[in-house]
Amino acid sequence: MEDDAPVIYGLEFQARALTPQTAETDAIRFLVGTQSLKYDNQIHIIDFDDENNIINKNVLLHQVGEIWHISASPADKGVLATCYNKIADSRVLTCAAVWRMPEESEPGSHESPDESSSTAHALELLCDLDSVAAHGSVACVVWEPTGDGTRVISLADNHLLLWDLQASSSRALLASSASLEGKGQLRFTSGRWSPHHNCTQVATANDTAVRGWDTRSMRQIYCMENAHGQLVRDLDFNPNKQYYLATCGDDCKVKFWDTRNVAEPVRTLEEHSHWVWNVRYNHSHDQLVLTGSSDSRVILSNMVSISSEPFGHLVDDDDLSDQEERRPEDKSQEPPQDGVIATYEEHEDSVYAVDWSSADPWLFASLSYDGRLVINRVPRALKYHILL
Amino acid sequence: MAAAAAGPGPGSGPGDSPEGPEAEAPERRRKAHGMLKLYYGLSEGEAAGRPPGSDPLDPTDLNGAHFDPEVYLDKLRRECPLAQLMDSETDMVRQIRALDSDMQTLVYENYNKFISATDTIRKMKNDFRKMEDEMDRLATNMAVITDFSARISATLQDRHERITKLAGVHALLRKLQFLFELPSRLTKCVEMGAYGQAVRYQGRARAVLQQYQHLPSFRAIQDDCQVITARLAQQLRQRFREGGSGAPEQAECVELLLALGEPAEELCEEFLAHARGRLEEELRSLEAELGPSPPAPDVLEFTDRGGSGFVGGLCQVATAYQELFAAQGPAGAEKLAAFAQELGGCYFALVERRLAQEQGGSDNSLLVRALDRFHRRLRAPGALLAAAGLADAATEIVERVARERLGHHLQGLRAAFLGCLTDVRQALAAPRLAGKEGPGLAELLANVASSILSHIKASLAAVHLFTAKEVSFSNKPYFRGEFCSQGVREGLIVGFIRSMCQTAQSFCDSPGEKGGATPPALLLLLSRLCLDYETATISYILTLTDEQFLVQDQSPVTPVSTLCAEARETARRLLTHYVKVQGLVISQMLRKSVETRDWLSTLEPRNVRAVMKRVVEDTTAIDVQVGLLYEEGVRKAQSSDSSKRTFSVYSSSRQQGRYAPSYTPSAPMDTNLLSNIQKLFSERIDVFSPVEFNKVSVLTGIIKISLKTLLECVRLRTFGRFGLQQVQVDCHFLQLYLWRFVADEELVHLLLDEVVASAALRCPDPVPMEPSVVEVICERG
Repeated sequence: MEDDAPVIYGLEFQARALTPQTAETDAIRFLVGTQSLKYDNQIHIIDFDDENNIINKNVLLHQVGEIWHISASPADKGVLATCYNKIADSRVLTCAAVWRMPEESEPGSHESPDESSSTAHALELLCDLDSVAAHGSVACVVWEPTGDGTRVISLADNHLLLWDLQASSSRALLASSASLEGKGQLRFTSGRWSPHHNCTQVATANDTAVRGWDTRSMRQIYCMENAHGQLVRDLDFNPNKQYYLATCGDDCKVKFWDTRNVAEPVRTLEEHSHWVWNVRYNHSHDQLVLTGSSDSRVILSNMVSISSEPFGHLVDDDDLSDQEERRPEDKSQEPPQDGVIATYEEHEDSVYAVDWSSADPWLFASLSYDGRLVINRVPRALKYHILL
Repeated sequence: MAAAAAGPGPGSGPGDSPEGPEAEAPERRRKAHGMLKLYYGLSEGEAAGRPPGSDPLDPTDLNGAHFDPEVYLDKLRRECPLAQLMDSETDMVRQIRALDSDMQTLVYENYNKFISATDTIRKMKNDFRKMEDEMDRLATNMAVITDFSARISATLQDRHERITKLAGVHALLRKLQFLFELPSRLTKCVEMGAYGQAVRYQGRARAVLQQYQHLPSFRAIQDDCQVITARLAQQLRQRFREGGSGAPEQAECVELLLALGEPAEELCEEFLAHARGRLEEELRSLEAELGPSPPAPDVLEFTDRGGSGFVGGLCQVATAYQELFAAQGPAGAEKLAAFAQELGGCYFALVERRLAQEQGGSDNSLLVRALDRFHRRLRAPGALLAAAGLADAATEIVERVARERLGHHLQGLRAAFLGCLTDVRQALAAPRLAGKEGPGLAELLANVASSILSHIKASLAAVHLFTAKEVSFSNKPYFRGEFCSQGVREGLIVGFIRSMCQTAQSFCDSPGEKGGATPPALLLLLSRLCLDYETATISYILTLTDEQFLVQDQSPVTPVSTLCAEARETARRLLTHYVKVQGLVISQMLRKSVETRDWLSTLEPRNVRAVMKRVVEDTTAIDVQVGLLYEEGVRKAQSSDSSKRTFSVYSSSRQQGRYAPSYTPSAPMDTNLLSNIQKLFSERIDVFSPVEFNKVSVLTGIIKISLKTLLECVRLRTFGRFGLQQVQVDCHFLQLYLWRFVADEELVHLLLDEVVASAALRCPDPVPMEPSVVEVICERG
């Protein structure tokens, strides 16, 4: 079975920030933020036409500074948040803001990207995620995954800030906050909002530790000291198993945790040969785990044994008779095994971001520092194996 | 004949003897003839008493048969002068005279002898006639004697018969008397305690009494006897039950009782019950020695005591039983077997308990001797009671103990290995505390290797005792086969090497990576140790083992190559881990230095930053450390003036405005940079990649990790103009010093170029420093 060739798109600038447009469930769309110190930064809206294997793009200007992190609202397609650097008085400040994309930048409105770029639209600022008391550099902004897009958490140095966005996100109120105390300069590197427990849990990473927080009390609920041997770069919650969490870090490892037992990881992968910057569970099939690393590789792993479907796909009720027929055959098949499904080597520089499409569960994008965006698909054979 | 032997006769000249080998054979025959003829007195002339070769027909030979006086005289007359003739004549006359006198003497002697013979014959004739008469007289006398004798016999016939009858009656009476006296005798015997005598009497009389019991008088005797016998039996039983008097006496009692016709079945039960009592006593005393807080007689003494007490007793019982109850047949044998099995079981349990106490001990020779004795002792009852399987059970125990010993030695080896590691750790930690030079790594390695090897050898020697020739169980199949191959080779040696590898590997994935519990030098040392094992030690140890324990077992054993592969894998992992750890140390330094600095507002660089010097120093130290244990390795050919190389990528020719906003994705970037990046990644540097076993590869790995970290950290920062220049200076400095450590200096160049390029990208105002200035700064310090 031939797999489709990867689709490659090149940006002009260095780039680190990538997110799927979370609220969009029909079109395959990714947002990429660039990093340039000398020119106006951009947000590229990458539309992928699955049938024709064509990429359409729109460019929005993000003039306030280079983008380090980007996240899209789960409720409103047009709303997104960025963390950006700006240089003022020979100091670098990292701020965060919520933006609205102009209406006409919706897909399909521009057919000729080259001309449009010169007249690129700018983003409309909704609000700054900044309070009176400066909390420091913002590392990332995460939206509440299932809510109405009004709750956002930002991580600034050693503070965990929960914001309430009001009046269609035009105003941000600091609802509550927590901060990390300890010796040395503690700084959050990454955070994720758990989709389980009614969205009351957030996990954050700082240095080698991973901590879980309860957003109601803003208290720490668990902590994995030394989750990794070195800095923890990223983490992600299993979308289907509420206690499972994946982390990755500078020790080249990807670890899977059960947050009820923080002493030992459930499983550890060591496939990359340099720091792992990103780990992402597939939204529907949580055995598929994507990792991106500065060894410029993207690895798709199958963690079926600790997924929510350890014995293969659970068939819907109306397929029950069908399933019963198939069951003995299923058993005779070799049990699904954990392991690497594929290694993607299209990048030539460090890959700092990978993510799944929110619309097509078999499709993902990866972004390397040299501005190369690669869209890949899960191998067909595996796809059918999971589906059937 | 004497003449023939003496030489040539008077008349024979040497000239007329046709000597020659071909003439010898007939001549010898003739000589033999001559001898015979001489003996029978045949003609002197014909005898071969002449010198060989002289013609017998020569008529001139005085002694020849064909002597012709005329011819002879003619010859003399013709040939000889007168004087010689005269001489001949006188000579001849003298000879004739001598011959005549000789003949006279001979005739006279013969005549005398003849006369005396005639006299003797005549005398004999006379004597024989006298003897004939006397013989006749003797014959008549004999006839008379015969006659008398016959008459006497006839007369005595009658008396003889009567005497015979009387003798018969006498015997019968004696027997009767014995019977009548029997009761009293028996009583007396019983009273005196002469049970053996009593039983013998009883045995003798029983049949008779049985036969004549219809006669009232005999009946009475029989009754009496039975009463007494019953009493006797009772007393015997009494004595038997009281026991105490030792196995031989008991056996005697039983023998007597059996002779009395007591039921064997019952006796046999009782006998065994008594024996059991005694043996259990023995066992109890043995158990007391075990005790809760044993005064601990050594194990040899224990088995000795058990052997002589219990096993000896068992042997006695078995022998006595088999003698006494041989008539019982297989049922009896079975009973005995069951008995022995049960008690043997108890005994074995005790022995095992004792041996278990010995497990911790280190003295194999004592244990082996004890086991040997134990096993040897049990061979006797084993042979007696094959059915009870005592010998097998004993062998089993010995085997079990042997297995446990092997396990114990394995533990010991592991502990020794861990002990060595602790020593090494201390030795590694010591110099820092004492501030003086400790033993070198190579020395430590040699110490560890030799210490482990000597431990292995000691264990082998200790275990080898089990298979010594003089040990009684060494020829059991287990010890000849499985013990050697599966036990010693696989279990002990292979097991140890495996566990060593595992222990070593466990240092690689210790969870506390951050704590750095394992000193890197230890990793390095272990890695080298494993590599040495792979190259030589494993095969040496296994050869040694195979030689000491001539493995006859055909069961599959782990081949040397598998073990070597494992050791190599361990060595590789350890070395890789070493690289990671050391790389991490340097990475952390670089990372802190990049992260904690405010690169935007830094001043114009005047110096290389101290941290870079530190990096170079540490790398040099690592180089020295690795060099102690690993070979140099190969590097790519170097250009002679590597250090003079200028930055190709970020040379001063770089123009500003290269990054003009152009939204065409075709050529937005510096083509120079892009091509370099592509070149870099066309070879794809695997940063944390496995390393080879040489110094250059190790150092390359460490430097790769460090520089990649530097690159990633630089990319996360924003640089001012002077920040960029500082990075330029630092990288040039690193390049000056690091190229010499790596296999391919191009690698260092590429990575450093990329660091500078990335820094330039992260700089809003990239104005690079003149390369000459950079060089000056670097050379200055």
